[in-house]
Amino acid sequence: MTNLNYSEILIRYGELSTKGKNRMKFITRLANNIREVLVEWPMVSVKSDRDRTHIFLNGAAYGPLSEKLVKVFGVQNFSPAIKVEKTMPALEAAVAELVKKVYLEGMTFKISAKRSDHEFELDSTELNRELGHTVMETIPYAKVQMKRPDIDLRVEIRPDAAYLSYETVKGAGGLPVGTAGKGMLMLSGGIDSPVAGYLALKRGVEIEAVHFASPPYTGPGSLKKAKDLASKLTVFGGDIQFIEVPFTEIQEEIKEKVPMPYLMTVTRRFMMRVVDEIRARRHGQVIINGESLGQVASQTLGSMVAINAVTTTPIIRPVVTLDKLEIIELAEKIDTFNISIQPFEDCCTIFAPPQPKTNPKLENAEKFEQRLAIDELVQRAVDGIMISQVSADAQVDTLEMDIQDLL
Amino acid sequence: MIYFDNAATTAIYPQVLKTYTDVATRIMGNPSSLHDLGTVATRMLQASRKQIADLLGKATSEIYFTSGGTEGDNWIIKGLAFEKKVYGNHIIVSDVEHPAVKESAAWLMSQGFEVDFAPVDSNGFVSLDALASLIRRETILISVMAVNNEIGAIEPLHQIAALLADKPTISFHVDAVQAIGKIPLADMLPQRVDFATFSAHKFHGPRGVGFIYMKKGKNLHPLLSGGGQESKKRSTTENIAGIAATAKALRLYVAETESKQVKLAAMKEVLLTALEAYSDIVIFSQRDGFIPNVVTFGMKGVRGEVLVHGFEAHEIYISTTSACSSKAGLASSTLTAMHVSPRLATSAVRISLDPDNNMAEIEQFLTIFKQLHAKFQKIQ
Repeated sequence: MTNLNYSEILIRYGELSTKGKNRMKFITRLANNIREVLVEWPMVSVKSDRDRTHIFLNGAAYGPLSEKLVKVFGVQNFSPAIKVEKTMPALEAAVAELVKKVYLEGMTFKISAKRSDHEFELDSTELNRELGHTVMETIPYAKVQMKRPDIDLRVEIRPDAAYLSYETVKGAGGLPVGTAGKGMLMLSGGIDSPVAGYLALKRGVEIEAVHFASPPYTGPGSLKKAKDLASKLTVFGGDIQFIEVPFTEIQEEIKEKVPMPYLMTVTRRFMMRVVDEIRARRHGQVIINGESLGQVASQTLGSMVAINAVTTTPIIRPVVTLDKLEIIELAEKIDTFNISIQPFEDCCTIFAPPQPKTNPKLENAEKFEQRLAIDELVQRAVDGIMISQVSADAQVDTLEMDIQDLL
Repeated sequence: MIYFDNAATTAIYPQVLKTYTDVATRIMGNPSSLHDLGTVATRMLQASRKQIADLLGKATSEIYFTSGGTEGDNWIIKGLAFEKKVYGNHIIVSDVEHPAVKESAAWLMSQGFEVDFAPVDSNGFVSLDALASLIRRETILISVMAVNNEIGAIEPLHQIAALLADKPTISFHVDAVQAIGKIPLADMLPQRVDFATFSAHKFHGPRGVGFIYMKKGKNLHPLLSGGGQESKKRSTTENIAGIAATAKALRLYVAETESKQVKLAAMKEVLLTALEAYSDIVIFSQRDGFIPNVVTFGMKGVRGEVLVHGFEAHEIYISTTSACSSKAGLASSTLTAMHVSPRLATSAVRISLDPDNNMAEIEQFLTIFKQLHAKFQKIQ
């Protein structure tokens, strides 16, 4: 990328164009998500219309901002643009300057002019010809090519000014987060669940992260780890509600009353009940988790049947058929891997029996659960949840600022 | 009050003291603890280490905290000797080193190591030829200070580094306690240097804190064993408040002195010019090859201690050459090594300036000196 003075970024939608009547809903949501992700640049303004979204930089630097933007789901691609005074001499000068900066020997180019201000002296065909001429004058050996040129120099004459752009950056694709409704992500501190969250976000699902904590068996480090993971997910679509569930009482009860081989199955069933109740209260539609087939005892088909039986809510398992290595690759891509491998115990491991049933029988699980006050336990856990908002700017952590102040 | 004894110790900067008390009160955790408070303390420790490493242009993994210059010198001299004793048992330290280095070397002699003291010339600079002739196959360490504490001579580290360029098995230690902020980083820590010692109270930090630089790939036998702090190389609960204050002091001091080198040089020049006018004054701190902060001189026939107390009566604080040896009433070991006569050596006094001193103080000092000089001349 060259050091050009970009004044705005033009965002193009991909899949959104197929959304018919709902299209504006998608576009509005996308604009809001972009605003949240770009919150650290208060001077930036975002404006949407049916075909494009414009980000007006107002002095913000393009480089770091584009690094955030490239992760936002729902953006097919974008082009930074230079604002130019709406006169032919100014346009010619800007085009000449631009090609000098970006043209490398052997490249092909074309001019794609568009004129939405019909008062402008030249129409788009004339603009193409005139500005093409400018390029040839600047770089006499430049080659014109209409199909797939190396440089597609786009010129737009709009009511306020003219805009030049040549670069198209591939976006994250997918759907704007929130346009598909809301789901509850069961977020442990492991490698799989953040990846599951990421994949759900990609298809437009707004997620709320539900984390089971069992203090004092799990420590603050384990909680912080889960929050850090949630914070990493905010770059794809904006703020995330983080829900901490007090799970100690349930785990202690289960440990006391359920035979060892069924500890894990019953614990998972309780998690499912709790998360489902939270989903109902907070108007979510689905549950999302990081289960991956065959990875551990609770992730065999037999276990899934027994665990799933407590709810009829759809459960989305985005990584269910991925290999561990594929999941790790994704975790590295979304920058959660290094957080996930920090050594803090989570509530799944603290009471883990040495030999859990890999093929538990549903009727056994149900039989053992009769010893427990299921509804009261679930209600108490759900009543005790603590909700906090994890923001895209949560990465600017206050302790770091404190430390820098002191030093 | 005029304080001209900054080579002995400096006053802690108010902002540094504030960092010390803020950290001591707000960050109460032990970095080794598992809980949140421990994590906060660890972050503070890491941030301090990074700041110091950045200011020195080194990696964080190359900085280890100590209790000050003496510990740093002891650790490097003794720790290195025991680390490398299978390769050789000979070490060389210069004849003008601080007692922390010389005494560590002397102790090693009692443990079966062989030690040579490299001589200096009449100006206090380590003699390169003599140093080269002392090197043998068994030599494992050479230790030379960057700036002499008693007279302010800048030792020829670049030349020593060049001398050691084809001798990779000899470790090179630099006691940089008096050099930090006074000479450029590149002169204080040439690339060839493997170890260096620093002390916070010499740059307006707290007393009882210091750090060493240990080049990546080098190792020292620990002197303190226990809980495994400082990458298992120096056990003991970290002095978080002191360390944070040290990092802050270094940042402020480096910025401060860089901008005030000219002022310091001007103050030294006024002092030298004035003192040179007295026929019975001998000046040991030259213009070339010496830092601008220190002026050491002697008045023939008047013991240094007498001048120190003479100035003290006027609330002007200077010192006989080094604080560490002055109470013992010994002649300056640096001057002795320079073959200055014992009589003249006991007359030496040291003025050590700080960027916070000013020309008015220099003038006042010179006025008082004129009076004291007249008085002591009469008594003689």
